[in-house]
Amino acid sequence: MSDRIFGIFGILLAVGFAIAALSIEESFLSDAVGPKAFPLIIAAILGLSSALIALRPDPEPRWPSLLRLAEISAAVVVMILYAQLLPVVGFIVATACAATYLTWRLGSSLPGAVITGISTSIGIYVVFHLVLGLSLARGPLGF
Amino acid sequence: MDTLAHLADGFAVALTWQNMLLALLGCFLGTIMGALPGLGPSNGVAILIPLAFTLGLGATPSLILLTSVYYGAMYGGRISSILLGIPGDEPAMMTVLDGQPMARKGMAGEALSLSGIASFVGAFLATWGLILLAPQLVKIALLFGPAEYFALFALAFMTLGGVSSTNQAKSAFAAALGLGLAMIGVDTQTGVPRFTFGEVHLYDGLDFLVAIVGLFALSEVFIFLEERHGQSDAEGRSVRIGRLTPPWQMIKSCTPTMLRTSVLGFIAGVLPGAGASLGSFISYSVEKRLVDKDNSFGTGDPRGVAAPEAGNNAAAGGALVPMLALGVPGSGTTAVLLAVLLSLNITPGPLLFTQNPDVVWGLIAALFIANIMLLAMNIPMVGLFTRLLLIPPRILMPIVAMVSFVGIYGISGSSFDLLVMIGFGVLGWLLRKLDVPLVPVILGTLLGNAMENNLRRAITIDNGNWWTLIDSPLAMALWVIAIAGFVLPILVGRKVKASMHERGDEEGAISD
Repeated sequence: MSDRIFGIFGILLAVGFAIAALSIEESFLSDAVGPKAFPLIIAAILGLSSALIALRPDPEPRWPSLLRLAEISAAVVVMILYAQLLPVVGFIVATACAATYLTWRLGSSLPGAVITGISTSIGIYVVFHLVLGLSLARGPLGF
Repeated sequence: MDTLAHLADGFAVALTWQNMLLALLGCFLGTIMGALPGLGPSNGVAILIPLAFTLGLGATPSLILLTSVYYGAMYGGRISSILLGIPGDEPAMMTVLDGQPMARKGMAGEALSLSGIASFVGAFLATWGLILLAPQLVKIALLFGPAEYFALFALAFMTLGGVSSTNQAKSAFAAALGLGLAMIGVDTQTGVPRFTFGEVHLYDGLDFLVAIVGLFALSEVFIFLEERHGQSDAEGRSVRIGRLTPPWQMIKSCTPTMLRTSVLGFIAGVLPGAGASLGSFISYSVEKRLVDKDNSFGTGDPRGVAAPEAGNNAAAGGALVPMLALGVPGSGTTAVLLAVLLSLNITPGPLLFTQNPDVVWGLIAALFIANIMLLAMNIPMVGLFTRLLLIPPRILMPIVAMVSFVGIYGISGSSFDLLVMIGFGVLGWLLRKLDVPLVPVILGTLLGNAMENNLRRAITIDNGNWWTLIDSPLAMALWVIAIAGFVLPILVGRKVKASMHERGDEEGAISD
């Protein structure tokens, strides 16, 4: 069933890709092939392979339970927040929070996770910023 | 003689303090990444690329660092295979079969040192193979025009699916997805924006480094979160090593095995779409058929440890041949290495050997040096790495995630790229769940623009005649190989893949 849904989604993707390809504005100075041809070939392969996947599905993959799925979604949300807040609060604070969260969700105890998160953050800061001189996001406090 | 002179120049490039230190660092990190289950050569190299890039390393130093990681991972994978019975990375899965029984018999130390020697032999011979074969391949590649290059790219995509996936439709889907992603951005020939939907960030196209790190490294973090696999596999097990020198008799009895499997592994590595996992698989199977008279393979036969280790290290060297000589990688990790070259504005392929010989020969010399370092690191110091196996994933995986973010942020300093990377991480997780191979996706994003340019150049030269693509005998030959490489696995490949996947772990989709 998963493969059938995946295949149908792939076909839709291929159709969308083809429509987007057809709507590319041609420049008046174009080569013999133009900017549309290759994307259209790709859309055709995408569509054909998706149709095959939908028609001849593999055995069902092992999907995680809803709880685990929520776990992954929560991690994605945390990472998105991390990406957005990084320039605002600075590298060390943001990284410590994100690392603490991930460590905690992977099964550390909460106090252990806080310690691990903070040391991960400071460790990366020392190695990459102080030793290797990489520029990391600066927060209001300068780190 | 010419070759030796080039090699001498290469040693002059490689033997600087900076390059030696980078090789040492790469070997060390590579061995750790290989040894830790969850990190393998392809995602290990992927995490380190942005760093090499933002540190402002030149082409030769970056390549030395990252190929040392690649070679190191090939060595390191065996440590957890032997001690824990869990392959540290995919190429090491065959080492479990005889390595783990040897360890149970109290011969872990012998198994580790013997496999270290086998790794050295495999990598050493393969580096020589690289020296001898790559220039020959360059001579052929110099005859290639745009039509032949287009066919060659098609060949790479069509054969890549052959081994790395159980379902050809899915590998074709993956390749098309990657190529489609490469189309995003301003068209290089006419200057019109494509698939950008008005988003200014997309005009430059997607940065393939962002895609690689997301697909390879972040998706691994999601897999671990899904399974809540936070404990170290080594916890609560007594890891006793014992003596670290194999008896002379054992080395002698394994020498023919090592030599044979090095050759086999090298060939498997050179072939497009194969990579190190297949190298070790073929080496083990052939050797079992050849010398296993009393059915001792699988019960702790030293030859069963030497065969896959020599095989996968030789395959790692072999896989560098098409990547350097043609610019078309045949495996996951070499695809990632290609990304390094491309982001440093160096186009691999025949011109690399004439225009940047210092890069090629410096790299080759560095591989010899790294190999000796690895041998030294992996036999006397193996105890250090076994202790590192105790690092639990609940600490390791957040570090992997954070270092990925740091690397990508370091390149561009933009949050938008971080969001794209998270998107690719989720996509990678989803594709791995659906058993869609990730390597063609990466290869597609890397080669998409070059492939299109060659297509358009070929047809424009011939005034819009599409038949020009199959006009020359060379192009026709490439198409025949490509089609055979795509169709044959459907007909005969099921058995090999089934037995390979039986041994595979959840890293299946990231084959290297």
